[in-house]
Amino acid sequence: MNAFTNGSPTPLSDRDRTAADTPETPAAGRRWKRWAAGLAVAAPLVLGGCNFYPSYGASRGSTTQGQDTFKLYSGMMTTGIIVGGLTGLLILYTILRYKRRSETMPKQFHESIPIEILYTGIPVLIVAALFFFTVITENKVDATVPFAAKVTSTGSPVVDVKVTAFQWGWRFDYPNDNVSVSGDVTNGPQNHGPQMVLPYGQTVQVTLVSNDVIHGFYVRDFNFSRYALPGVVNVFDLNIVRAGFYPGQCTQICGLYHSEMLFSVRAVSPAQYQSWLQSEVASGHTMKRTPEPATNTPPPYDHVTHSNALAAPASKKGSL
Amino acid sequence: MTTTIESPDLIEPEEPGGPDGHGHGELAHEEAHEHHGPHGILNWLTSTDHKVIGKSYMITALVTFFLSGAMALVIRAQLANPTSSLVNFQTYNELFTMHGSLMLYLFAGPFAFGGLANYIVPLQVGAPDMAYPRLNALSYWLYLGGASMMTLSFVVAGGAASFGWVAYAPLSNSINSPGAGTDMWLMSLGLTGFSAIFTGVNLVATIFYLRAPGMTMFRVPIFSWNMLVTGILILIAFPVLFGAVVMLFCDRHFGTHIFSVQGGGVPVLWQHLFWFFGHPEVYILALPYFGIVTDIIPVFSRKPLFGYRGMVFATLSIAALSTGVWAHHMFTTGVVLLPFFSLLSYLIAVPTGIKFFNWIGTMWGGQVSFQTPMLFSMGFLFAFLMGGVTGVLLASPPVDFMTHDTYFVVAHFHQVLIGTTVFAGFAGFYFWYPKMFGRMLSERLGKLHFWFLFLGFWITFMPQYLLGLKGMPRRIADYLTTNGWTGLNQLSTVGAFIIGFSFLFFFVNLVSSWRKPVAAGDNPWDGGALEWFTSSPPPHHNFTHLPPIRSERPTWDYNHPEHRKDESHGDKRHREHEKETETVGASS
Amino acid sequence: MRVSGTFLALIGIFFGIIGLIYWFTAYEDAGFLMLIGSAFLGMLPGGYYLWWSRRMRPLEGDRPDATPSSGAGVIDSFPGSSIWPFLLGMGALFATLTFIFGLWLAPIAAALGLSAVIGGIVESRRGGTV
Repeated sequence: MNAFTNGSPTPLSDRDRTAADTPETPAAGRRWKRWAAGLAVAAPLVLGGCNFYPSYGASRGSTTQGQDTFKLYSGMMTTGIIVGGLTGLLILYTILRYKRRSETMPKQFHESIPIEILYTGIPVLIVAALFFFTVITENKVDATVPFAAKVTSTGSPVVDVKVTAFQWGWRFDYPNDNVSVSGDVTNGPQNHGPQMVLPYGQTVQVTLVSNDVIHGFYVRDFNFSRYALPGVVNVFDLNIVRAGFYPGQCTQICGLYHSEMLFSVRAVSPAQYQSWLQSEVASGHTMKRTPEPATNTPPPYDHVTHSNALAAPASKKGSL
Repeated sequence: MTTTIESPDLIEPEEPGGPDGHGHGELAHEEAHEHHGPHGILNWLTSTDHKVIGKSYMITALVTFFLSGAMALVIRAQLANPTSSLVNFQTYNELFTMHGSLMLYLFAGPFAFGGLANYIVPLQVGAPDMAYPRLNALSYWLYLGGASMMTLSFVVAGGAASFGWVAYAPLSNSINSPGAGTDMWLMSLGLTGFSAIFTGVNLVATIFYLRAPGMTMFRVPIFSWNMLVTGILILIAFPVLFGAVVMLFCDRHFGTHIFSVQGGGVPVLWQHLFWFFGHPEVYILALPYFGIVTDIIPVFSRKPLFGYRGMVFATLSIAALSTGVWAHHMFTTGVVLLPFFSLLSYLIAVPTGIKFFNWIGTMWGGQVSFQTPMLFSMGFLFAFLMGGVTGVLLASPPVDFMTHDTYFVVAHFHQVLIGTTVFAGFAGFYFWYPKMFGRMLSERLGKLHFWFLFLGFWITFMPQYLLGLKGMPRRIADYLTTNGWTGLNQLSTVGAFIIGFSFLFFFVNLVSSWRKPVAAGDNPWDGGALEWFTSSPPPHHNFTHLPPIRSERPTWDYNHPEHRKDESHGDKRHREHEKETETVGASS
Repeated sequence: MRVSGTFLALIGIFFGIIGLIYWFTAYEDAGFLMLIGSAFLGMLPGGYYLWWSRRMRPLEGDRPDATPSSGAGVIDSFPGSSIWPFLLGMGALFATLTFIFGLWLAPIAAALGLSAVIGGIVESRRGGTV
């Protein structure tokens, strides 16, 4: 996994910016200068990239995982449009070409083994190719920084966040910094629920649990969702690439106020993130509800030690 | 009363006076229909005739379909406005749960395997009735009981079930979903589940044992083949559902902790059990409708089915694979083996592709005419093509991560399910209605029905793909104006009401066919399978005489002896019989 | 019989193989058990059919050259009408309602169910409407 090679944030200019409009971009003048400079250099690149990976309505992804997923999605959609389009055109052609115009009886042929083998074989090849790319992407998306690497890492430390879903709200605990943010349906939907502040350019390891029923952790711009399953500890990594405000929402029906179970992610620079942590501690948003101190070893949210029996196959996934 | 049935070969089919199947039928046939046993309502309650049961099944299923469709319109009306308060959250949750439950458990499956298959399969294989007629009747009464119970759960205290049609475990327990509505939902699944199992047994037994002489397995029409496979899938899937329902009921009332973490249970077990039922169920809903289309296309192309054996093989592989892919509904749980389920899910695309190309091959070089059943079948082809392509995307775990539980998935499965159950289902209804009632439906109204449905279908569901990609989760009752989902939702709502409107033509069509009947005759479409050989509607035990059965189109062979399927590619030993029937055909 | 038996046996074998692969890759017991159950569902009747298909005359429906006249004779006895399935179905409905709304419904369920079972058995023995 490229968790550590991805230390620096991708420059804003040569990335598609439609995915997430950032409320906290640099000053407008500087921004436009960067835009102009970036456009001049990167326009052919971006256009080329756009042509190769059309967005088809999806987000291009604001995490490296999301970008990988997006590329897979885009490629598969292109394949689907080609294959589906050709099939559709073939149906249309057949319908129009062989529309009944006379009462003569057509030739009563009913099979052609070579053609049947052909249209069995070609789909097998297409499917094999799709599966190949799927497995590659899946391994990238699902890879998590192991516990040992987290401890020994230098330069780009892994940010641990524990996300707890409950009826009907979210709690975001930062165990290494003793910060806790939570909010529920009473916040009102217009506020987008509680906000999870994360640094871009760093690996964020999310530990997802549920207090009651099944919830779905879903951020559209990350192209990612995962269930918060009671009794299961789900762990995944996010490598956010740019600053931004990313709305998220519970996707799995969880009772009466499922529609209002919103949250949002605000990605800031690592420096801003550190100062945000300090301000949160200063304003008393600490982990009152978590009994054990955050510096416990081993860390309480390691999925290797804390997963139950059912989670075991999950650690094997990707190893077909 | 029990009747001993002799095989229907009393009149030799070679006789020139035999039925030639070209519209000589009179409505009087219906009156000539022998009555066994009591009359009136008691006749309906006591009938064990597969045709009566099949019609009852279809009527009940259509009632639930329209109820459920009305719920869908309320849901769409609610979503047309970001902060709509047409219904409150609780009612909304009940509505989408019941919409899904009625459609999937009470309409889509029973309409096919209880309704159309019950009526058509014995006719297609040349049987006098289903193998176990009383079990068949019991199956219908269980279904009616279950359907009434689920529908009536709206009126009990606490309202109907409100956890989605999948009833994921911790949400469906007694703490999160108290009230009799949930219990009625569960019990209704128990009843309809058993009804499905009985019908499955009946279908398998009928097709294995009651085929007419000469109707070998590889001459059984594809609709019946698909029903056989559906029957076996029912036997695999529904017992698991029943087990899961019983476990959940015990959790709710008898203090067990099978699905609750607090008592050491495993919530995700429900998902395993449910989807082990649920994914074969998807194909229990799809295969019969594939079969309908496979039967319709050759008739309206005036050609035999292209690649009959390939079709059987494809049906079998779809069924087999469908039972090994349940956890692709659970990719985002994080506790399933992704590549295994991904690969098997991808592989389903291959036999489905074979089916598509076989349908195209059947039309290729034919004389394709577009009466209403064929139009609906074409609607099915395009709808299912779209749903199928997006389905391939969802077989990929990363793409599933990005679209799971969003409107992308909603759009996908509505396109697949409406493609099959509505387009192909109504294709079958228009196709076999003349056989069932001896009267035609209006072509003009049928075509209007189709075009409005087709238009509404695309307007409703194409925007939902975009909504899903823009991040709209499913099963939400409202959303923010700032989300930018309003316009697409409104478009989708307009489409849904066009779909609703299209069914007015259907009602008018039904009513006018009863007000001013047009006699259908035995074989209005020049069909090839055995059901078109008997009268419309068929007599009490279906056949008074049978033609020689030498291909999957015995009626066609009989009516067009000069255009019989050329079997020279195999089965050489049957050549003599071919010649024999040739002379028979020439004389008629 | 032979085709049907082969067909069922193939289903059984397929699920057996898939079940084993699943067990050794996923280590998940619920799915494994259900797949193996499906394997038996195919193999047991499939094996039975194949065993019998070697020992009995082929069914008229399985002979490619059979004609309607070669299959002349009695097919079977079919009930023309029967009220017992209806009563049994309603008995089952009330039995499930008993679980939801309480034991006061149990006598109705028992009366319907028992009468249907007795009536159905008597009917099938006597061969007529009881």
